[in-house]
Amino acid sequence: MNDTAADRTSAGPGAGSGASIGSCWSCHGPVDPVALFCHVCGAVQPPGAGDHFKRLGLTQRFDLDPAEIGRRYVAFQQRLHPDRFAGKSARERAIAELHAVSLNEAHETLKDPLRRGAYLLQLAGRASPTAENRTIDDPALLMETMERREALSEATSIAGVVALAEAAASDEIALLDALKAAFAADDLDAATDRLTRLRYLRKFAEEARARRAVLAETAP
Amino acid sequence: MSMALLQIHEPGETPTPHEGDRGMAIGIDLGTTNSVVAIAQNETPEVLRDMHGTGMVPSVVHYGADGSVKVGSAAMALMPEDPANTVASIKRLMGRGLADIKSLAGTLPYVVAAAEGKDGGKGGMVRLDVAGRRLTPVEISADILRALKARAEERTGLTVDRAVITVPAYFDDAARTATRDAARLAGLEVLRLVNEPTAAALAYGLDSGAEGLYAIYDLGGGTFDLSLLRLEKGVFQVVATGGDAALGGDDFDHAIAERLLAERGITAPDIRSVRAALSSARRIKEALTDAESATGTLDIAGGRSEHRLDRTTFETMIAPLVARTVRICENVIADAGVKPGDIAGVVLVGGSTRVPLVRARVEASFGKPPLADIDPDEVVAVGAALQARALTLGEGTLLLDVTPLSLGMETMGGIVEKVIPRNTPIPVSMAQEFTTYQDGQTGMMFHVVQGERETVDECRSLARFELTGIPPMPAGGARIRVTFGLDADGLLTVSAAERTTGTSARIEVKPSYGLDEDEMIEMLRASMIHAVDDMNRRLLIEARVEATRVLAALDSALRADGALARPAERDAMQAVAARLKKAAEGDDRDLINGLVEELERVGKPFAQRRIDRAINAALSGHSLDEVEAGMAPETARDEVSPGASSGASAPHSH
Repeated sequence: MNDTAADRTSAGPGAGSGASIGSCWSCHGPVDPVALFCHVCGAVQPPGAGDHFKRLGLTQRFDLDPAEIGRRYVAFQQRLHPDRFAGKSARERAIAELHAVSLNEAHETLKDPLRRGAYLLQLAGRASPTAENRTIDDPALLMETMERREALSEATSIAGVVALAEAAASDEIALLDALKAAFAADDLDAATDRLTRLRYLRKFAEEARARRAVLAETAP
Repeated sequence: MSMALLQIHEPGETPTPHEGDRGMAIGIDLGTTNSVVAIAQNETPEVLRDMHGTGMVPSVVHYGADGSVKVGSAAMALMPEDPANTVASIKRLMGRGLADIKSLAGTLPYVVAAAEGKDGGKGGMVRLDVAGRRLTPVEISADILRALKARAEERTGLTVDRAVITVPAYFDDAARTATRDAARLAGLEVLRLVNEPTAAALAYGLDSGAEGLYAIYDLGGGTFDLSLLRLEKGVFQVVATGGDAALGGDDFDHAIAERLLAERGITAPDIRSVRAALSSARRIKEALTDAESATGTLDIAGGRSEHRLDRTTFETMIAPLVARTVRICENVIADAGVKPGDIAGVVLVGGSTRVPLVRARVEASFGKPPLADIDPDEVVAVGAALQARALTLGEGTLLLDVTPLSLGMETMGGIVEKVIPRNTPIPVSMAQEFTTYQDGQTGMMFHVVQGERETVDECRSLARFELTGIPPMPAGGARIRVTFGLDADGLLTVSAAERTTGTSARIEVKPSYGLDEDEMIEMLRASMIHAVDDMNRRLLIEARVEATRVLAALDSALRADGALARPAERDAMQAVAARLKKAAEGDDRDLINGLVEELERVGKPFAQRRIDRAINAALSGHSLDEVEAGMAPETARDEVSPGASSGASAPHSH
């Protein structure tokens, strides 16, 4: 969060800093701090502070319709992407680029349930369960993960790998439902646990793909 | 120069020259084998063709001993007799160093000169020795672009100075920069480099009104790309892209050519034999699209021979190549996190997708017949033209693109730490923290690389820069934040800052294999010779446009007010008009301009009478508009050509 805000001021044209909030950088008239465009002169306004959900006009929650996230993203880009500012001033284009960068970041974070869940935990002040350096401290998960990997390394046919990958994929669907329930009940401990599991399932899916590619390469 | 003959205006309504007007923007498909140029002046884009109706320009350049440069079919025609000075497939060398093309060297007829790299021959782009000149691929590509620009200007009668140029999605930064540099040499500002499959999707999607997730399978002469795009209400969102920059339809030709040469028992073929085998191979390949078997001849030193190839054998030969493209498709789909069933349709692009085996394998892989109802050769240029229009007007289709290759930083031991993974939507800004590895270390070298491999030597080196002035601290104490910024054009900026002290460094990334500024300036100077040609050609075009306008206006004036012209005046005007009409078909700009002036002169009394009558009419109660409208409806200027004022007053001519 802080990093994002810092990036914005350092990369931006300087108009977004605290001093000018409430007045349009272009016509100096009053402007609503959350407005995208000045209602007087029409100039695009720098992106304000706010989380990824606000950026896309979404409620801060886990259970979101992926299609709706995509629609919001596209609708905002359609108005704010720098390509929409052909012939406008360099400053307006620079501001548009800041918007596009923020919208891309918001969309990338929210469209994936794993990243969306981790982001919600981060907003709640919790440590990220998806950080690379986290180790498994749940013995059951550890056992399960090792068993899966062993089965994968022993699979000698593409069909065998596909079967394992399909099993993991259906586990993922069940896990996403459990994750939805945990966030709906505001049970952040359960959410953390399930996100960790999801992360390991994703990693396994990747390994299965790599294994499959190796088998496809060596098979005639 | 008096314009009285043709124009009557209300005071204060004199048309002002279009000072703010810029030239037209075109779309260019700069292909390995063929190039196409298109324009979208209004909603409907149009491919610009030669007088025979051909849209494709062979990407072949011939350099004559007399310094002449020929591009396209003219160059192609000279290939058999002068292969050493005829360059084809130059796109494969864009942004390449000598080491990159060792494998290709055997098949290249022209000498590839050792790179004159700025860092002792290590880096630097390859040079080609042709017709006594040492040329970079950038200069050769610029000659192709100049020819395309000239075609657009001749077809439209307008000045062209901006373009959207398409590149393979898998082109790395060095090849993209080389393409930009080539455009600059050719006098074109690049509005955007757009990936070929994306451009195809733009053209296809707009044409068919398709919505949903589409796969674009693009098998060009020298490259293969697969892109996944989500099409929705004029927004084209690239979801994922992947490919192989060294796999294309040319490889099919090579496989057949090798077979032909082997059948002749030739193991070390010379240039002429390779060229002859390749062109015979191409004909066989094309014939096998419809026929079950085809015959080709090989007419080289040692005699003429006939060779037969059936489709089954051909398919066995190319099956591994096609299988490679299918594997890439599967990976891109998996990368995007979608299932093949989510894909609404597969669009085929590139001439090589006409090969039946390719169609069959694509259909089997995606589980649905591919869409090929668009011309695979022209669709890319059409998409580029549409994007050129969108980028000049700020409206129309919106393209949301991704970066096709991962960008990273070298860390200890030559390992690559990825900062921006491939398929990340752009524009984007991403940061990563690094630290020092020695006690008291005050400087740090940064090496920016591009590619998917884990080690630096297998990725492409983009740039190096140094951050100095780090306060001495124990190893691992400094916190250096490196930020990669990619703008909507895909241009990379890298900055590094030590977080505790704020020491910072910043670099605009110029690829190591690119041309440095001095080289660019040198080439721009050399291209001034061309610039004079360009200027002359543009002035000629403007003179022709002016002549056409004057003749049309005279015609309508005589039709409306013929009675006001005395017979002798009418004969004089018509005589000059006939001469002008003939002159406008030729290339003598001075003659055209001179006759336009002559026509103004002989027509002056007639024009004066028309003005007098118009004024009288106004004074006797008629509105001037009414009179004017009735007199010469076609004289409203600028319908013919915005910005085409008379040659002498063109603001950019001096």
